[in-house]
This record gives sequence, C-alpha cells and structure tokens, in this order.
Amino acid sequence: MITVRGLARQFTLRGRTVDAVKGIDFDVAAGELVGFLGPNGAGKTTTLRMLTTLLRPTRGSGTVAGCDLLTDPQGVRRKIGYVAQGGSTWPESKVGEEIELQARLYGLSRAEARRRGALLAERLDLAGLEQRPAKTLSGGQRRRLDIVLGLVHEPQLVFLDEPTSGLDPQSRANLWDHVRRMRAEQGMTVFLTTHYLDEADALCDRILVTDDGKIVAEGTPDELKAGVAGDAITVDVADRAAEAAEVVRRLPGAHDVTVVAETVRLRVPRGDSVLPELLRALDSHRITMTSVKVNRPTLDDVFLSLTGRSLRDGEAASPAMEATHAA
Amino acid sequence: MLRDTWLIFLRDMKLCLRNPTWLIIGIMQPLLYLFLFGPLMVTVVAHTPGFPSGNAWAVLTPALIVQTALFSGSFAGVGLLTEYRVGVVDRFRGTPASRSALLFGKVLAQAVQATAQSVLIVLVTLLVFDLDAPASGMLLSLAMAAVLAITLSSGSYALAMVLKSEAAFPSLMNAVLLPLLLLSGVLLPVTAQLAPGWLYNLARINPLTHVVDAERAAFRGDLGSTGLLTGSLVLLAMAALALVWGTRTFQKENA
Repeated sequence: MITVRGLARQFTLRGRTVDAVKGIDFDVAAGELVGFLGPNGAGKTTTLRMLTTLLRPTRGSGTVAGCDLLTDPQGVRRKIGYVAQGGSTWPESKVGEEIELQARLYGLSRAEARRRGALLAERLDLAGLEQRPAKTLSGGQRRRLDIVLGLVHEPQLVFLDEPTSGLDPQSRANLWDHVRRMRAEQGMTVFLTTHYLDEADALCDRILVTDDGKIVAEGTPDELKAGVAGDAITVDVADRAAEAAEVVRRLPGAHDVTVVAETVRLRVPRGDSVLPELLRALDSHRITMTSVKVNRPTLDDVFLSLTGRSLRDGEAASPAMEATHAA
Repeated sequence: MLRDTWLIFLRDMKLCLRNPTWLIIGIMQPLLYLFLFGPLMVTVVAHTPGFPSGNAWAVLTPALIVQTALFSGSFAGVGLLTEYRVGVVDRFRGTPASRSALLFGKVLAQAVQATAQSVLIVLVTLLVFDLDAPASGMLLSLAMAAVLAITLSSGSYALAMVLKSEAAFPSLMNAVLLPLLLLSGVLLPVTAQLAPGWLYNLARINPLTHVVDAERAAFRGDLGSTGLLTGSLVLLAMAALALVWGTRTFQKENA
C-alpha cells in the first residue's frame, strides 16, 4: 500500500539548511495499522505531508495506494484520506455542511455525500450534530469530525497525524476504539503518527520508530520490546541482598544485576517464566523476600536503548519542527 | 474544475451570508464618506476650477466603489490565513479538487460581495443624494468593481500564501494601500490643474488612477472616452496578472 525509498526533505530557514527527513525507506502492506513513533521534531509530520502530496520531497521516491507520489499526486489524493494534526474544521461551518462539501470535493453527488456522511457521523457518535457549528463541539467530537472528513470518501488508505493529541484520556480511548472498528469494518490501511507510547502500543500492528529524520527501528510492539534488554525484575529482600544477587545471577539469561540497599534488580528475556525458578532459588537459600515485581519493557525503554534519550525528553520543538511550520 | 469552483464559491457565500459582519463593516466606511464628506465635496466642486466635469456625487460615488472593492479585495488574504491556521486549506488541498478551483471559488465569492456592496452604495446615493448618472454607465462601473475585486483578492490570496503570516499580512497591506489610494485620486482627483507636476506624474503611473478615471467616465456617461478605454485595459491586464500569480501560487506543491 505504501512503498517509500530514500524519501528526504530539506528546509531552508534563514539561510540555514535543515534536514527534516533524511532519506527513509519503508513499506506498508494493505490492511496494516502502522504507527510512526517519535518525539516532536523527528520529522513525522513532514513525512506525512510528503506522503499525502502536500509537500514535495527533496529527494527519493514513493508509491502510495498504487500511484506514484511524484508523477501522479492527483491519483494519490483520490485514493487516500488525511486527518491533519491540528484539526481541519472551520469554526463557523456546520458539521453537516463540512462533511457534505468534503465528500463532494471527492466527486460524490450531493445525495451520495449526504448518505455516506450521515452513516459515518452516526458510526462516530456524531449523529444529531449536523446543524451545529464546528466551534460548539467538544475536543473529542471535533477530532471525530476530522476523522469523518478523512474517511467520507471511503479511502483504502488513511493517514492520521497525531490523532489523539490534546484529548483527555477517556476521549483518547474512545477514539482508539473507533479507529480499530473502522479499520476492521472497512478493511482499510491506517498509517498514523504519534508521540504517545501507549497509543502506539495499544493501536498498532507494527511500529516505525523515528528520531531526527531517520527510522531507527521497526517491528511489532512486542518485537521491539523483546529487542531491548528484556523484562525487569525487582526483588526486595529483608537482608543479605548481596547474597541474593549472587543467587539470581545464576538464573538462565539473567543480566544487568544491580543491588541498591535491600533491592536487587535484574533483567531476563522472559520475566514470567523465570519467576518461579527465582522464587525457589531464593527460598532454598533461606533469603526472605518482601516483594517481587516484574515489569515488561515499555516502548520508552525501546526508545531509550535505541537513541540514548527518553522519548519524553524530546518535548521541546527542534529546529526541524519549526522549519516545517515556516515552510 | 467548474464544479469544484462552484462548490467553494457556495461555501464562501454561505459563510459570508451567515455572518455578514464584514460585509456590513465594509459598507459602513463608504456610507460615512457619503454622509460626512459628500456635502463638503459639493461645495468644493462648485468653487474649484480644474475639477473634472460632472456633479459632485458623480465624482465621489465611483471613487467610493473603487475604494470599497479595493479594501475588501485586498484583505481577503486575512481570511485565507485564518483558514490556513485551522487546517481548512490543507484539508481542501489534500482532496482531488482542482487547486485552481480553490482560488477561483474564493475569488468569485469576493467579486460577488464587492458588487453587492457597490450596488448598495449606488442605491444610497441615488435615493438620498443628488446623483445624476446614466444606467449604462452605472452598470459598467459595477462590472469594473467586480473585476477589481477579482484582481485584488486573487493577488491578496497569493500574497497571503507566500507570506504565511497573520501578523505581517495586514500591516503590509495597509502600508501598500494608503499611498496607492491617495495617488489614485479617490478623494480629490489628481488632475494636471490641481496637482503639482511631480504628484500628477506619480499618479499617472499608478494603475489604480486609471481605474478610478474609467469609473468616473462611466458615471459621466462618457462611454466613448479614452479614459474609460485605458482604465478598462489597465484593469483587465492587472486582473490577468493577478489570476496568473494566484493560480501559480495555489498550484505549487509546497504550501
């Protein structure tokens, strides 16, 4: 559904050249739900704008929904849906009008536009709001309206840029449900960007981890996490912590064993399968445990091990991000 | 493309009619000129040698039409920048709709709005004041107002898309419009008898001067005059240039 080779984009900002996207390659198969995960300024939106023909790549090539990105942008536009990061509705326009106009710009007749619009609005819990100006909607409703606008022509492929950014936790979970359901019902391919780990984890079949304009890793959420040092086990003991550390060091696959006061930490490939053995071993040495915790690695651990930075450190907009807005 | 143009035109007209604040604010200024400045004009015209012939209202009304079309057209870009900020422009650009149609639909809506304002100005002057002008001339002047609005809004939209700054755009517009307006003789005609030589020459190279002259000629009923012909040609040339610039800017892939 998407094939991209060497896609790159430069911006010139006050005489300085910024490489927002530095030549990326990836493929997305039909029906996949792929997440583009990275901190703000990693080049996610720039990539998405290139894939949706809103921005011409500086270098590289790509095929989106069967159409060449450079020679047939019109074909691409016909087949894809795009939900932009900051929203896309005019505050004074009525919900029904926005949906109808959007569908008609894709060539649908007025009757068909209304029919599909009403159906989709109903599915995304917007029924009955047709006469309301967009400015009177709640944040979650407005985001769902953006999604209706992106889907009203029933595209095979839809791009969602930070779909839940700025929403409260309930609206986010609700929106995830909608995305999953729409995808299951219509069998469409979804490509989304996010800087939320939990979102990538909860929603995506496959994740492309991006940083500083490059793709630094890709895989399913589980694969990515397994590639990190493994699960973290934390054992609190009553005493003899050093001795406990010696015991757990002999467990199969145990590494990175550390002792701080009465707490022993270690990493193992599969925490759940090692746990019984660990309990038996410590018990047989008559070491008293006060608590045991197993933590699955998070995508933040993945990002940290790939880039040496925590995903949450990258909140400040980088120059590449500013260049995107200025261009 | 015609269909897309029509759809965008309808959208802009619908939004304008739902909240006609700007249309009303736009019409307030020329009405204030008519009521608070027009009576002075009558006396001035009667006592000043070197004024173009015709009664004071036939001098002032066409000028106000030009001024109104000029202002509402030039500031059209402000609306576009707001639409750009909230993501509406990108949403439309992401659809297969012709990108020129996005421009043409908006420009057409601006033309209709400017014409409606001009009609109002003419009606008020006819009903309240002593305007004496032939119907054919007035219709021609309305058509010129529409073309002027097309020219300026197209240029304004193009400039807005290039600047992409809601803060810089209005200041730049004000800086450009005031000298352009003063030099076009909108309030007091810049004639050879009234103006010093350098000012007269400066006014002659201002394309807007010729448009104002043409509007006034139309109001005098002087339909065969060279002023009307020159003004119309200058206006059409400006319209063509502005539309080419606008279309090119809107069709660019990076916006």
